[in-house]
Amino acid sequence: MGDEVTGPALFPDWQTPLREATNAAIDTLVMGFGDEFEAVSQALLAVLLPLEQALRNASPWLVLAIASTLAFAASRRWQFTLATAAGLWVIGALGQWDPAMQTLALILVAVLVCLVVGLPLGVWSARSRWVQRVVSPTLDLMQTIPSFVYLIPAAMLFGLGKVPAILATVIYAAPPLVRLTALGVSQVNAEVMEAARAFGATRWQTLLKVQLPLALPSIMQGINQTTMMALAMVVIASMIGARGVGETVLVGLQRNDPGMGLVGGLAIVILAILLDRLLQACGVRLQPRGSVRSSWIAPWR
Amino acid sequence: MALIEIRGVTTIFGPAPPTALRKLRSGLDKSALLGSGHTLALRDVDLDIEAGEIFVLMGPSGSGKSTLLRHINRLIEPTAGRVHVDGQDVMALRTRELVALRRRRMAMVFQGFGLLDHRRVVDNVALGLELRGVGQRERRTRAMQWIERVGLSGYEERLPAQLSGGMRQRVGLARALASETDIILMDEPFSALDPPIRAQLQRELLALQAEQGRTVVFVTHDLDEALRIGSRLAILRDGAVVQVGTPWEVLTQPADAPSADFARHVNRARALAIGSALAPWPADLPMPDPANATDTVDADASIEQVLHQLVGRTDPLAVRRGNVIVGQVSMSSVRALLAPPDRVSPRQVPEGSENRSA
Repeated sequence: MGDEVTGPALFPDWQTPLREATNAAIDTLVMGFGDEFEAVSQALLAVLLPLEQALRNASPWLVLAIASTLAFAASRRWQFTLATAAGLWVIGALGQWDPAMQTLALILVAVLVCLVVGLPLGVWSARSRWVQRVVSPTLDLMQTIPSFVYLIPAAMLFGLGKVPAILATVIYAAPPLVRLTALGVSQVNAEVMEAARAFGATRWQTLLKVQLPLALPSIMQGINQTTMMALAMVVIASMIGARGVGETVLVGLQRNDPGMGLVGGLAIVILAILLDRLLQACGVRLQPRGSVRSSWIAPWR
Repeated sequence: MALIEIRGVTTIFGPAPPTALRKLRSGLDKSALLGSGHTLALRDVDLDIEAGEIFVLMGPSGSGKSTLLRHINRLIEPTAGRVHVDGQDVMALRTRELVALRRRRMAMVFQGFGLLDHRRVVDNVALGLELRGVGQRERRTRAMQWIERVGLSGYEERLPAQLSGGMRQRVGLARALASETDIILMDEPFSALDPPIRAQLQRELLALQAEQGRTVVFVTHDLDEALRIGSRLAILRDGAVVQVGTPWEVLTQPADAPSADFARHVNRARALAIGSALAPWPADLPMPDPANATDTVDADASIEQVLHQLVGRTDPLAVRRGNVIVGQVSMSSVRALLAPPDRVSPRQVPEGSENRSA
């Protein structure tokens, strides 16, 4: 910006108009649609806050018990059940219980939003080549654009705090769910689809009774990957004011306290491993018994 | 009026079928059509399929037989022509009516079975009933009856992946039968199965059909199978019907050179049902008891199966269909069937030398 290039310019100046247009657009949105953004914000908070309150106020004993029960129900394995309890206990011992519950609530709500948006989008792009042509590059963009680029406008539109953190997390984490849903739905055997039509299934029946159940392993993989990517966003989310274990890492960075950073990092890693294993076990459980596909989704078994 | 009427069906696959059809009608030949990225799947097909028969669409791969089958339930739409089922113009139906037609009138069996891998056998069999809104308990009861009928009792809670190919196709068959439709479309249902299993399922299909009397449209590329199973056959080649007739007519009066070549390699003793050699029961003889297994044979049995009852016999052998004596056969009528004097010398045919051909 400072350097003046002399002589005939090779490059036209696109920077100024793009920047100004973007800023003007954001300003318009902030000024003109404040109520709408506020409504979105309130809707998200209405889901997030009760969940967060419940997780933070519950006795850690209760949370440990529920998590272990879920782990056993999904995996039917004592090793994993004990590992879940132990992992959560370690988080508490590291002094990260409360931030971890905040992070967990944020992740769960973000994944929920990803599901609400991503599942229909995935199904739609599997069914229409035209939609797929639009969705696919958009997902590429969402995954590759640095998150700070959309953090700035998100914070301007929704204010600092949890809501822009959720939205930024959704933008970053939704693509694998959309892609794997589309893949799962489009890979349903052509003859099976033909059979559904031949026996008089409507489009809706075909979707609910044939495509989605058969795509379920793929969708479960998508949920798993989306959850993992959401966890990867927690440090960045803490930069726009979301509390949680990400904040612990951020504080370690700001105070030049590597020990603090490690404590936060360990808590994130433990959460990630537990959620990953839990979701994979759910994926296996949701498949019909004796299915030939149960081996690849849970390679650790 | 036939139950299923196919009139002037021409089907072109490609980017612009109507344009291609216009060019074809104005004299463009098939290879030029191919050059424009189009394939002529069917041309000017006329067929009448009667209620209660097993009608076989037979032809080599690429002859259009599976495509034609899918016109009956409109899984594939023709570029020109009409399909009528029981007087109803299938192409004129709106979505809702088409769905109703598929649910009420026609079921389908697929070469690769087309089963829902995430569902137990009983829920696969109940699919047709489920889609038309029959309640859980009722459809389970009905599905279980058909599971028993196709010999899968005890497997109803299994998943398709836990069954052998033959058993999976029994599930496919039970699913089609359980829908209680009067028409069943079968797309090479036994082609993916091992020969012994295939022969067994062919026999069972004939037995079921004798009892059920539904209308079956059966696609196969195997002439032996077509002759064993079909009441009538349509031979397709390059998308056109070259011949329609009974197994006997197709074998003895082939319409073109490839058909004649095919027919020469057929083991007639195995391919033809004894019913093909039927003569009226002599009026001056007393009618035997249909239940007497040594003195009567089933009309659907192959010649090979009843040959031992014919050899050395002087009085006529009664043929029954169900519980009715429908006529008689004798060694001489069977011999004429097996070895028409102008085509095959008698020595070549009866013993197993040609069993594996065709």
